[in-house]
Amino acid sequence: MCRLFAVTSDTPLSPMKALEALDAMREGHDGSGVGLFMRDLGGPFAAIKGAPILSGIFTDAGLKKLDTLMMDIGFMTKYRMGIQLPETPPAGTPSRDIYLIRAYDYPRAWENLAEEEKHRRLLKVRLELREMGEADGDMIVFSFWPDVIMIKEIGDPLTVGRYMDLDRHGITARIIMAQGRQNTNYAINLYACHPFFLEGFATMTNGENTAFIPVKEFLESRGFDGYIGFQSDSEVFVHILHYISTFLDLPLDAYKHIITPLPDEALNSHPDASVLRILKQSCRRLIIDGPNCIIGNLPDGTLFMGQDSKKLRPGIVGGKPGIWAFSSEVCGLDTVIPDRDKSKDFQPMHLDMAMVGPDRKEVKVCRQTDRLSRQA
Amino acid sequence: MSANGQIIPSSLSISDLPWQIRWNQDKCTLCGSCTAVCPVNSIELGVFRKREIKAGTGFAEKPSSSQTIRYGIRQRTSPAYACVGCAMCSLVCPNDAIAPVRNDGSDKLRYHINQGGQPKSRGGRRNDPSGLLDQIKFIRISMLTDPALDAGRHTFDVNTLLGRVLEPRDALKHQREHGWMPPVREIYPLVIGGMSFGALSPTMWEGLQMGVAYLNEEMGMPVRICTGEGGCPPRLLRSRFLKYVILQIASGYFGWDEIIHAIPEMKEDPCAIEIKYGQGAKPGDGGLLMWHKVNKLIAAIRGVPERVSLPSPPTHQTQYSIEESVAKMIQSMSMAWGFRVPVYPKISATSTSLAVLNNLTRNPYAAGLAIDGEDGGTGAAYNVSMNHMGHPIASNLRDCYLNLVKVGKQNEIPLFAGGGVGKNGNLAANAAALIMMGASGVQTGKYIMQAAAGCLGSEQDRCNICNIGLCPKGIASQDPRIYRRLDAEKVAERVVDLYLAFDMELRKILAPLGRSTSLPIGMSDALGINDYHAAERLGIRYVV
Ligand code: SF4
Ligand code: SF4
Repeated sequence: MCRLFAVTSDTPLSPMKALEALDAMREGHDGSGVGLFMRDLGGPFAAIKGAPILSGIFTDAGLKKLDTLMMDIGFMTKYRMGIQLPETPPAGTPSRDIYLIRAYDYPRAWENLAEEEKHRRLLKVRLELREMGEADGDMIVFSFWPDVIMIKEIGDPLTVGRYMDLDRHGITARIIMAQGRQNTNYAINLYACHPFFLEGFATMTNGENTAFIPVKEFLESRGFDGYIGFQSDSEVFVHILHYISTFLDLPLDAYKHIITPLPDEALNSHPDASVLRILKQSCRRLIIDGPNCIIGNLPDGTLFMGQDSKKLRPGIVGGKPGIWAFSSEVCGLDTVIPDRDKSKDFQPMHLDMAMVGPDRKEVKVCRQTDRLSRQA
Repeated sequence: MSANGQIIPSSLSISDLPWQIRWNQDKCTLCGSCTAVCPVNSIELGVFRKREIKAGTGFAEKPSSSQTIRYGIRQRTSPAYACVGCAMCSLVCPNDAIAPVRNDGSDKLRYHINQGGQPKSRGGRRNDPSGLLDQIKFIRISMLTDPALDAGRHTFDVNTLLGRVLEPRDALKHQREHGWMPPVREIYPLVIGGMSFGALSPTMWEGLQMGVAYLNEEMGMPVRICTGEGGCPPRLLRSRFLKYVILQIASGYFGWDEIIHAIPEMKEDPCAIEIKYGQGAKPGDGGLLMWHKVNKLIAAIRGVPERVSLPSPPTHQTQYSIEESVAKMIQSMSMAWGFRVPVYPKISATSTSLAVLNNLTRNPYAAGLAIDGEDGGTGAAYNVSMNHMGHPIASNLRDCYLNLVKVGKQNEIPLFAGGGVGKNGNLAANAAALIMMGASGVQTGKYIMQAAAGCLGSEQDRCNICNIGLCPKGIASQDPRIYRRLDAEKVAERVVDLYLAFDMELRKILAPLGRSTSLPIGMSDALGINDYHAAERLGIRYVV
């Protein structure tokens, strides 16, 4: 089973911190892979917040293809971070040519476009690159978004982190999500490795989402370019989050109502019963059904954790003003924030969602029996 | 028959019949129970005369002959009286002296059951015991990655929706703007399919209704029952139990007057209205309630004269095309109840199912689609229709579901599948397979008759005389001497039993698949079949 760790902190942290937390929880994962999502970056990227950053893995040939395409569109490299790798990778990790983390200036022609339109186009570029790379196997693109870096690799998380010497490269971030282990039900594929990312939204999950096929079929039929991939049965969580935020304009607390609607008896006495019943019926195809703990991140920086309605997966939130962590096991939390008030640790139950906003002052818990924070 | 009787082409011997009666002279006490109960008068008391000749071995004795007479049971062989194998005679025999035995050769009767130029008609069974649904296995089992659920301990939400479900954005918009929301019912996914009052006996109908009411009110299971064409008893129409009933209107419009007249006095809306265009067992053919069953009560409820056969036309004759018909009928039925009741058509699975479905997707009032495959139907029809017409349900349903997926409307128009669900007793497995292929729920009639009332019929053409009003169990007869055999209370008990058992089996299927919070509609990745072509056709996994 996968191990999850996410942290949001006022001071930028090294991703190695998160990998250490995963290592503390290693009994639960087999060290078969790692995924890292970083946002609100420190270090050299802090000064160029608005510039889109491309992260992925390339062969030399792939890099050439990338450069030609980006040049054609008009993207200029603004900042590049090269990750130099030792000659031999650790056992089980394939040897790669280039890990690319590169910030760009928007093309001239895009300058006067609305933010939204720019974002749409970034998505298109990412998808195009991914498709080209899938054809020849020379490019793997994880994200192309301002202020976001993603790294995924096969192998033991801590070993991979040390091999890539993430500390030395000066990558730091205020929000980090990390997951240990490759995907479960499908063939090994880096795209199937958590966290998943789409237009500013990211999620990661442990467990198995048995409602995968119906959810996937629903999303695919929405006619939105970004709903692709589906190499993992939980990739749909980020798509659902994206769908309800952008298509339905619903607040984050509605997410829980969509994926795990209240039973009818509870619904009847709910202050928002009428709208919730409509959501339950019309979004029935998005109901998830696995033992899952979901940790996610919104474009505004809010970090959250929720459970499926069976609550068979552990998940804990704790910390102190300025730094909060979300972990699948308490030992992960202990590794990164040992000096917190442990009596205030919170384990979301099947109706709860815990969130920490961009101000990082407190953990907010909303229960599904509460009023919605905002109506659609 | 005496030895010098006339032999005609249709003279059959007992061994020409599909069922033969084995009668044991030593055990029989000639009580007459079997002959009294035989629904088709296939056996009668017979007088057997025996002449014995004694030829002595010595010279002194003269040869002599003597006559003895004994009484016993004789099986009649004329086609009209051929034994149907129901085994009622065995059931009533106090001495185990009689039993029907299936002829293991091929019978000759089949060539002679068209006397008077009338082809054979019978009660609804396709008489093909095999079926694809029974071949499907559930293969996605959560083992190590996740703790499997426990069917006994975890809670399961298996209810489904009947009614037009709006696309999420439209739904929110309608809600915001206080627009019209199509009525949606949350129901149990196993629906008792349309079997009409008239086709079924009053005791059977009452038993089913009582069972359904008990399931709803005592067990908290929102089970629904469809009336079939033929109306609904006036008292039920005006009772609070109407909400558990789906009223059917078919092309004969039988019983609709009664329903329309009751609308102002209805305390509750019916669950839904089903417009029947086709029945799986006899696609392209209408209903057929034969005169035997049209007694005073049935005639009154249906608004017809007594003792006339009531064939429904194959199509709704007042309308010009299926498009027009579906649109108009859905509209006017919705209107009759103030757009508060879901209205949907039921069609037989055919190559044109997709056309009807596509038509429905553009009709905002269409509340769903029921598709009935070739193994469905309980009513009377001609042998040839039942045995040789129709489309199996699995691929038809799958095509329809995938078509909806393609246009992004899956489950917006819920599909209800019927036709052979549980025909070999595997009700929950068959239902679950159809649901995972895309059905929002299933309809079944035959299994209910079999389980709740002990229908004797089988897929090997046993009994199957539902059409002529002689149902030996009293399920499908309108003759009080026969239907009094059936205790409505006991039927109700069995309905409850079978639903509770079904529910447990369904959970036993869903739990290992890790599904508990919503019905696994379209969870096709859980299905496997060991037939390559079937797997390809259905878009499920091929497993050997
Ligand atoms: S099996 Fe049925 S039809 Fe045949 S003789 Fe016995 S009672 Fe009559
Ligand atoms: S319903 Fe009656 S007549 Fe029909 S098959 Fe069953 S037992 Fe026979």
